[in-house]
Amino acid sequence: MTQVQIENVTKKYGNFKAVDGVTVDIPDGSFVCLLGPSGCGKTTLLRLIAGLEDLSGGSLSVGGMDYSKVPAHKREFGMVFQSLALFPHLTVAENIAYPLKIRGVSASDRRARALELLDLVKLPDIADRQIHQLSGGQRQRVAIARGLAIDPKVFLLDEPLSALDANLREHLQIELRQLQKTLGVTTIVVTHDQREAMSMADTVIVMEAGKVQQVGTPVEIYRNPANAFVANFIGVSNLLAGRLTGPAQFTFDGKVINLTPEDILHVQKGQAGTLSVRPEDIVVLPDPAQGQLNGQVNFIRDLGANVEILVRVGDIDIISVCAPQSRPGVKMSDRVGIQILTGRATVLAA
Amino acid sequence: MTTLTARLKGHRGAAYPLVMLVVFFVVPFVIMLSVSFFSRDDGAFFQPAFELSNYSRFISPFFGKVLLTSLTLSAAAAIISVSVAVPFTYFVTRMRARWQSVMLVFLLSVLSLSEVIIGFAWSTLLSKTAGIGNLFVAIGLMETSQSFTPSLGALLLGLTYLGLPYAVLVLYPALSRLDPEIPEAARMLGASPIRSFFNVVMPMMRNTITGALILVFVFTLGAYLLPQVLGRPQHWTLSVHITDQAIFQSNLPFAAAMAIFLMLVSLALVGISTLLGRART
Repeated sequence: MTQVQIENVTKKYGNFKAVDGVTVDIPDGSFVCLLGPSGCGKTTLLRLIAGLEDLSGGSLSVGGMDYSKVPAHKREFGMVFQSLALFPHLTVAENIAYPLKIRGVSASDRRARALELLDLVKLPDIADRQIHQLSGGQRQRVAIARGLAIDPKVFLLDEPLSALDANLREHLQIELRQLQKTLGVTTIVVTHDQREAMSMADTVIVMEAGKVQQVGTPVEIYRNPANAFVANFIGVSNLLAGRLTGPAQFTFDGKVINLTPEDILHVQKGQAGTLSVRPEDIVVLPDPAQGQLNGQVNFIRDLGANVEILVRVGDIDIISVCAPQSRPGVKMSDRVGIQILTGRATVLAA
Repeated sequence: MTTLTARLKGHRGAAYPLVMLVVFFVVPFVIMLSVSFFSRDDGAFFQPAFELSNYSRFISPFFGKVLLTSLTLSAAAAIISVSVAVPFTYFVTRMRARWQSVMLVFLLSVLSLSEVIIGFAWSTLLSKTAGIGNLFVAIGLMETSQSFTPSLGALLLGLTYLGLPYAVLVLYPALSRLDPEIPEAARMLGASPIRSFFNVVMPMMRNTITGALILVFVFTLGAYLLPQVLGRPQHWTLSVHITDQAIFQSNLPFAAAMAIFLMLVSLALVGISTLLGRART
């Protein structure tokens, strides 16, 4: 059992709290993404779990044992660094076998294990190459293989795919996820890419300013963001500041938007709140008299797979996304109506 | 001639280093080389001639021993300097940028001291009356103060002090470019900090370390004052004898011959170590 329990963990640099009282419970065998913008403390939290930084406060336990004071080299974790940190003076096989060499495994067993791991990451036949002869994607896989060589208790990855191009990144996200499922190793990945987090993780931990903002499955976090930061960081949200004027009635800019029982309310009737609606739940109508709101088309972006329309309503831009085949017949500067499809909306505390 | 100018036109930038090299290196070297074959004149300095006596006089057990002493001393100084400089520089590069520049400025200030000042400062510091021995007596390490100079240890200390800043300057750029995640990766894989330093950092720095060794070796080979101030006569290096011949015995041809010989030997050694380094990569 390698459940990771993080209790009120804090890391201070002088007066600056990089990680501020984080408490998270990571179940055995789960795949967790630490997600947040740069400087939110996600990498520091990962380094605290790795033992590369000392805790300023709180405790860390792994498999029920206190790990707060265990030095990094005795934790038996695997880690993939952002720079990958492969050793350029060793061959691919020697890189992968390095942790085994330290543990006194014989040369022939090391070699066998390195070949087995290279098969696992779908890179047979490169065991004797030098690191500088490998492509970016190959290095990535070698770093993953090296991190897994000792069957680590916990597998940590710091922005592992950030240096790769978009196609390869998506491909490796799926591969990494499948590999983790096969091995069942508790895995924690740091990323700033919400798509990456959504496509890999069982659990996403959203962080900002050293604090955890929300913990949940990707769908939970997308459907029911805990606050405006999460709503905006995970995908794109239209945030309409207004007031809950009835049990299922939100008023924005003097206009009433009727809600359904499926919409999630974080505020009581009569309180100020922010209605969070995803762009795919906004429909632009050519007739400005229709829909709950109306405004002027500010920008149209045709991305091929979908079309984004920005409509200026009062002093905010409302974003609508639709498929090309359902694109409304509107053009720049037209007055249009806006239909908010309720049922997947959230009213957040103001 | 026209072809030469035509060829040079494409490489105007190359002319500058070429001119500098000829004026400041080739010309003095040719002068020294020709002087080494001249004959010594008691009245004047030397007369143009072509004789090999300067070289043949040098081939003797005495000068053989002196040459060996010189090479051993410089090799030892290089090894000690670099052994001290590698961990020193490594820790400096792990410091914050501001502290790094403070450390480097401090170290560079040592370079402004001449060999003379370094020699006499150490000589005083290691002396019986004013030296570190008094400190050892004060803290109870020794019964009575004693002099640590002249001795082989004092000489090596002085040469190391002379070579250390150069070793650090050669190592610093390479070590500061080293990805800090590399030693961290070794730690995550199970290597203790010391082990990760020897297993990963040192091998990655091999070429730079060889470069630092060569630089300090060649540099200390030219030290002619420290052996006289801090060493005993048996520690006098070839450079001391070259100075002695050139300045006090007014035998420039012999001094030139020894200088040429020393240069060839050190060039050969540097060449061999470079080849060995390349062969292993």
